[in-house]
Formats: sequence, C-alpha cells, structure tokens
Amino acid sequence: MNESSIPGRPLLEVHAISKAFPNVQALADVSLEVSAGEVLALIGENGAGKSTLLRILNGDYQADSGEILLDGKLAKFASPREAHTAGIRVIYQEPELVPGLNVAENIYVGELPGRGHFVDWRRLNDEAYARLAEFGFEREISPTTLAEQLTPAQRQLVEILKALKQGVRVLALDEPMSSLSDEEAQRLFKIVQGLRGQGVGIIYVSHRLREVLRIAQRVAVLRDGKLMGVVPAAECCEDELVKLMVGRKLAEVVAREDNCRSDVVLSVEHLNAPGVHDVSFEVKCGEVVGFAGLVGAGRTELAKAIFGATKVTSGQVGVEGKPVSLHSPAQAMAAGMGYAGEDRKNESLFPILSVRENVSIAILERLRRLRFVDRKRENELVTSLVGKLRVKTPSLSQEVGKLSGGNQQKVVLARWLAREPRLLILDEPTRGIDVGAKAEIYQLVRQLAADGIGVIFISSELTEVLGVSDRIVVMQGGRITGEMPADGATEEAVLRLAMVDHLNGDATASAN
Amino acid sequence: MSDALKPSQAASSGSASANTMPRQGLQGAGRRILRFESLGLIVALIILFVLISLLAPGKFLRPVNMMNIALAISVTGLVAMAETIVMISGGLDVSVSAIVGLASVAAALVVRGTGSWVLGVMGGLAMGLAAGALNGGLITKGRMNPVITTLATISVFSGFAYLITQGQAVGVSNDTFNAIGNGRVAGIPIPVMILVLVAAVLIIFLARTDIGRSIYAMGGNPVAARLAGINLNRYKMGIYLLSGLVCGLAAVISTGRTNSGIPTTTQTDLNFQAITAAVLGGTALAGGKGTIVGTLLGVVIIGTLNNGMIILGVPVFYQMLGRGFLLIFAVLLQEWQMRRR
Repeated sequence: MNESSIPGRPLLEVHAISKAFPNVQALADVSLEVSAGEVLALIGENGAGKSTLLRILNGDYQADSGEILLDGKLAKFASPREAHTAGIRVIYQEPELVPGLNVAENIYVGELPGRGHFVDWRRLNDEAYARLAEFGFEREISPTTLAEQLTPAQRQLVEILKALKQGVRVLALDEPMSSLSDEEAQRLFKIVQGLRGQGVGIIYVSHRLREVLRIAQRVAVLRDGKLMGVVPAAECCEDELVKLMVGRKLAEVVAREDNCRSDVVLSVEHLNAPGVHDVSFEVKCGEVVGFAGLVGAGRTELAKAIFGATKVTSGQVGVEGKPVSLHSPAQAMAAGMGYAGEDRKNESLFPILSVRENVSIAILERLRRLRFVDRKRENELVTSLVGKLRVKTPSLSQEVGKLSGGNQQKVVLARWLAREPRLLILDEPTRGIDVGAKAEIYQLVRQLAADGIGVIFISSELTEVLGVSDRIVVMQGGRITGEMPADGATEEAVLRLAMVDHLNGDATASAN
Repeated sequence: MSDALKPSQAASSGSASANTMPRQGLQGAGRRILRFESLGLIVALIILFVLISLLAPGKFLRPVNMMNIALAISVTGLVAMAETIVMISGGLDVSVSAIVGLASVAAALVVRGTGSWVLGVMGGLAMGLAAGALNGGLITKGRMNPVITTLATISVFSGFAYLITQGQAVGVSNDTFNAIGNGRVAGIPIPVMILVLVAAVLIIFLARTDIGRSIYAMGGNPVAARLAGINLNRYKMGIYLLSGLVCGLAAVISTGRTNSGIPTTTQTDLNFQAITAAVLGGTALAGGKGTIVGTLLGVVIIGTLNNGMIILGVPVFYQMLGRGFLLIFAVLLQEWQMRRR
C-alpha cells in the first residue's frame, strides 16, 4: 500500500502558488492539498487556471512563487522528467502518443524491455497486453496496433496506461473523459477507483459535472486564477452545477419562425462508405437531429461521407431537394453544407493564422473584389460573428492557437456561420469546453434551428444530445439502429439502441 | 490544449466588438508583409555591411559595388521568391536551378532561330511553365512527394537541356534580348527593376488576395484547408506552375546577362541559395509561414556575404563552407525563434 509516509499529512500540498503571463495572472496565491487515495476535483471555466496549475505540477512550467510539498518534503521540478521521477504525472487532454509506433511501444517508450540495445519484443507485447488486460481493454486494443489508427478515446486510454506503469503517487487527469463515450467513461471511473485503493492521490479536472461529483471526494473551484473554495462533493451544489448544463427546457424555449425554404433540408438515401452501411435519414428545416452512439459507431464516418471528405461507394444525398455530388468538401459547401469536425486541432484550425483569418477562410470568395480580399468587409463580418458568439480574444489578429479550447471551437463555428449554410454538421462540438461555453453553444444551435438551418449534432454525451435535439438517431457499427423524438426519450432507450449488437449477441450484425 | 494564456478582458456582451477591433497596424495581412523577425535580419545586414566595410575599406561601399550586389541577386532573388511561395504552401521545389538552365537554353535557341527577342522571352517563359507543369502534374495527379519529385526532375530538365544543345552553350547575339540582362534604365539595371516589380506583385498577391490566404492555410494545416473547401490539387498545380514561370523569367535575365543560354546555369546551386534565403527570411520548412520581404532580406544578406567574400579574396572553397554554415545558422535561428513563442 502506497500511502503518504507521514501519517496525517496530505500526500501533495500546494502552497500559495502564483504564476503570471504577459497580460494575465494565471494563478494567484492558490493553495490545495490532496491526500493519498483521494480524488480532488478541479473545476472552473476555461482560463480559470486549471491547466496552468497542472503544468506546474508536471514540471512544464515553474511557478513564480509558492511551493509544492510531496510527502511533506519540498519538491521542485525543473522538467517533466523530474516530476515523473518524483511520482507526479499529469495526463493532458490531447494524448501525446507517437503515431508511427504501436501501442506497446508507446506505453513503454524510452523503457523498452530487453538486453543492451536489443529489444525483447515478446516481453514488450506481453507486458503491454497485461497492462491492457488489467483494465479490461485487451480485446479492443491490441499491443501491436499503430497509435495513429486508434480513436481519440483509445489514445486517451493508452496515454493513461503509459502513466500508470511507472508507479505513480499523484495522478492528474485533464479532461480525461472529453473524448470518451459514457460507457468508456464508466470504465475510466473504475480505473480511478482502483488507483484510489492503491493510495494514489488524484486530481481530476473535468467539465462533466455529474462524473466529477460521483468520482471526487472534494471539489475545488478555481476562478480567474484564484481558489474560490473547496467543498466536499457529498454536500455539493449538484443542482446549481447541473442547472448550468442546459437541460431539456432549451428545446422548447426558442420559437420557430418560418424560415424554411423547403421542408426537407437534407436527405440521405442508402449511403455506403467506409464505416457506413446503408444509412438513410432526413433532416427537416429547423430541426436539430442528434446522433447518438458509442464511440466507433460510425457517426463521424457518416458525417465525413455526407460532406464529401471521404469516398462514398453508393447512395444519394440531397440538399433542399437537389442531389449533391459527394466528391469534395468544396462541393458540399457549395450545396450549402457546413462541417465542424471532432478533432478541431487537426481538422479545423490554422494555429498560426489569426482569428480573423480562421473565421474568413471558408468565405473568402464572398469577401473579395477581383481576388483582393476586402479587408473592411472582412473585419465587419468577423467582428460581428466574434461578438455574436462571444469569442474571448484580445484582438482579431490573435493567433488562434493561443485561444482556449472553448474559444477555438467558437471560431470554428463562426467560420461556418459566416457561410449561412442550410445544413450544419457538428461533430462533438462541446468537447473539452467549459460549462458556460457549452451552454452558449447549445443556445446557438437552437437559434440556428429557429433560423431554418438543419443541424446534425453528433455527441457522445447523452445528456446534451437529448437536451439539444428535436430528434435522436442512434447508430452502431455504421448502421442506424433506431430513431426517436427527443421529447420523451430516455438515456436507457438510447443506450439500448447504441449497444444493440452487444445486447443481442447478434453475430451477423457485425461492424466493418 | 487549453492553456493559460487567456486574455484578461472578457467579452460579456454584444459590445465585445468594441474591444476586439485591433489597432490598425500590422494586423493580419500587414503582419504578413513585414514580420517582427525581419527586423533581426535588417540588423544582421547592417552588421554585415559594417564588418565588410571595415575589412575592405573603400572597396565595398561604393555605389558601383552596391549595384553589383543588386545585379547579382536579381536572378537568385526571383527564384527565391518563387521558392518561398512553394514552401509556404507546404511544398518544396529543388528543381529550380535545372528549370532555369532549361529555360535559358530554350530562350537562347528561340532567339537564335527566330531572331526575335520577344519570341525568345516567350520561349523561356513557356519552357519554365512547361517544367512547372511537369512538377505540378507529378505531385498532384501522381500524388508524389514534392521533394522526391523535384529531385528527380532536376535530372529530367538538365538532361533535356543537354540534349537539345548537345552540351554546348548557345550564344545569343540579339542586342535587345541581351539588354534585358545588361541594360539600364535611368541608371538602374533592368534585372533589378524586374526583381522589384515581381516582388511587389508577389507581396500583394500573398498578402491581399484570397489565393494568398489559401496558400498560407494549405501550408499551415492541409487537412483543415481541404475541409474548409480549398482545392488542394488545383492550388498545388498553380504554385508549381508559378515557380516554373518565375524561373523562366530568371532564366531570360540570366541568358541576357551572359549573352548565352547555358544548360547548367552559372549558379548551379541556385536551389540551395533560394532555400537558404527563404529560411533565413523566416519561411518555415513545414509550411504555413513566410514572407517575400523576409526572403528578399535573406537574398540580400547572402548576396552581400558573397560579394564581401569575393572582395576580400576569400578562396572559393571557403565560400562554399560559408554558404553551408549560413543555411545551418538560418535553420537554427528559426528553431530558436519558434521556441521563444
């Protein structure tokens, strides 16, 4: 049992830590403690300082003032290496695996078993398999799968395994569940429980409040770099926190005006593509269709196929009654579609370009006179969108890579809104975004619907799918397994459809 | 990753627009004309000037010598600017020296054959375009890696040039044509004027047009660019065509200067110099970043260094060493600047 060596003393103590960046006091005099076997949740809006604190613990940054005590002893980490040696490990939102190496190699990177310079591959794979099996993932992730072929959720898991193998004393998880479906989140939950039993102190940063309250013993709230307070989770303000996550009510709030040019905005018939099998459905004008399902159900593949980003083998797609050619995103866009992918860092953002340029990139042709970009019109358009979406940025010229996740997502949304699409496909739009911004995005989606835009809302968070949508479509294994109106739909009903194959043990209805 | 560099002001209402309007200054496209890092280059250039002047008093700072430098870099400058655009888009064209050689020969042959300088110029440009088309076609339709492709086409273009000239230089005696390379207007050499003109066009093109924006986007994140509706293949083709065309223009100037079309250009390491200048000027090897002005500063620095070494009588092999170290230095500097952010 790995307990803190001084009984009665917390495992990790953080005293009066402060850190400033140009223009911003990221942390001001923050003090926290974590006991062995305890889960301390850290919540707060984007920019509240959670990430900065984690980076200081991980040795990526150095605090301007204050101290860190591990087991009562002063600890100073000049680099992540030192932090890891001391037993502190932070796992960030975006998994940092080497795409060209396989799972086993990534888990044991830098410490491959073997003699001298020769790697003992057998042992490497066995050990990796054992690690995977410890947490029950050995059937879906093989030690020899290349990291670049894993889904974001699986990469997250491998990243955690990588951290765990070293015998960790304090583990900090930054938004660990943001790319996991509810089912996978459950498994992570069990992993965390297991670690608690081993006496590991855990800092858990998340926006998924229900999980946070279930998994943590205490909740620390940061706002604008200051610690607002630490509350025992049991007593905590579940209602207030949950209220922030918009519930069903929203779907009723916005009255629908008659902005429809045609009844059906999108019609998909018998679409077949990699990962998509015979999918047919419709999106009506002003309707938000939520796509639910476990990770790997084929929703992203479907979205990409509709948008022309991947090859379609057969099937028809029509926008407002007119058939659309599915060879390229440009054609889909010309037909009136917009698409915000789930991996905004790699699929949507141009990190060193400015906010202004990121927003206007998809609509340059409407902003130009004789190929010259009309900067005045561009500024007007971008300013109005940035204001409407409440993007927090010091200026339109700010590099988008420097904004927080929530604001980056808003920039992506602004880009598509600029085009006034007929159909907008959103894939995990609230991933890694704080509660306040999530609420804003839900409202935005409803407003778009009221304006007559059809929205496809893909999400693995059942609560939000049920809350924002008018109708739910459930997928599994690349097929639609069911549809239902959101009104009256229950999470169980949706889950049942999302796991139909597992439940029936139906060997014939197997996926790709 | 969400990070802590959150701006301190919060936009809490619709009036966020008032707070987010930037000071009119080096914003967006403006930033793309002159980057902060370019100031460092100007300082380096000044230091270089001072150093050489001290080491070779009287010989370096003469107007005649300054004009020599300008002339010497006009060909390299054109090629370097084309290379910059290719690099910004995420590609690389190492065949530029070979294209210049081929286009030079083509231009000379046409002039000799038709007696018309106009046709000669067109011949050079057309050959450059054709070479660019081959590069572009292989890279887009053939889905080939740009570096490997243009590496291979070096041999194709050079080989072809040798073939049509049987390895001999092709003399050009058309005075008007040669004037392109040797003539002056109001005391300014024509090649320098061409360089400045093309530079102006390219600067505006990159910074102010939607095509320019899309090029930066392509280089910065090709996946996102495609998903934002940019036709990557069409742009790539256009960019390699442009590279070929500009090389053709450089070839015309070079041919005029030397009064002959030479299968290998007088500077066989044009591609090396072009890339060095671009990197020195802040163009990222990975794409998405770079400016014409920066590259031109790089070209001037290289030209000044070359000129200085010649004036000081530095042996040729040391010159090669110098150029090599310069590229290494340029890349290291870029790395260091990226870390600093």
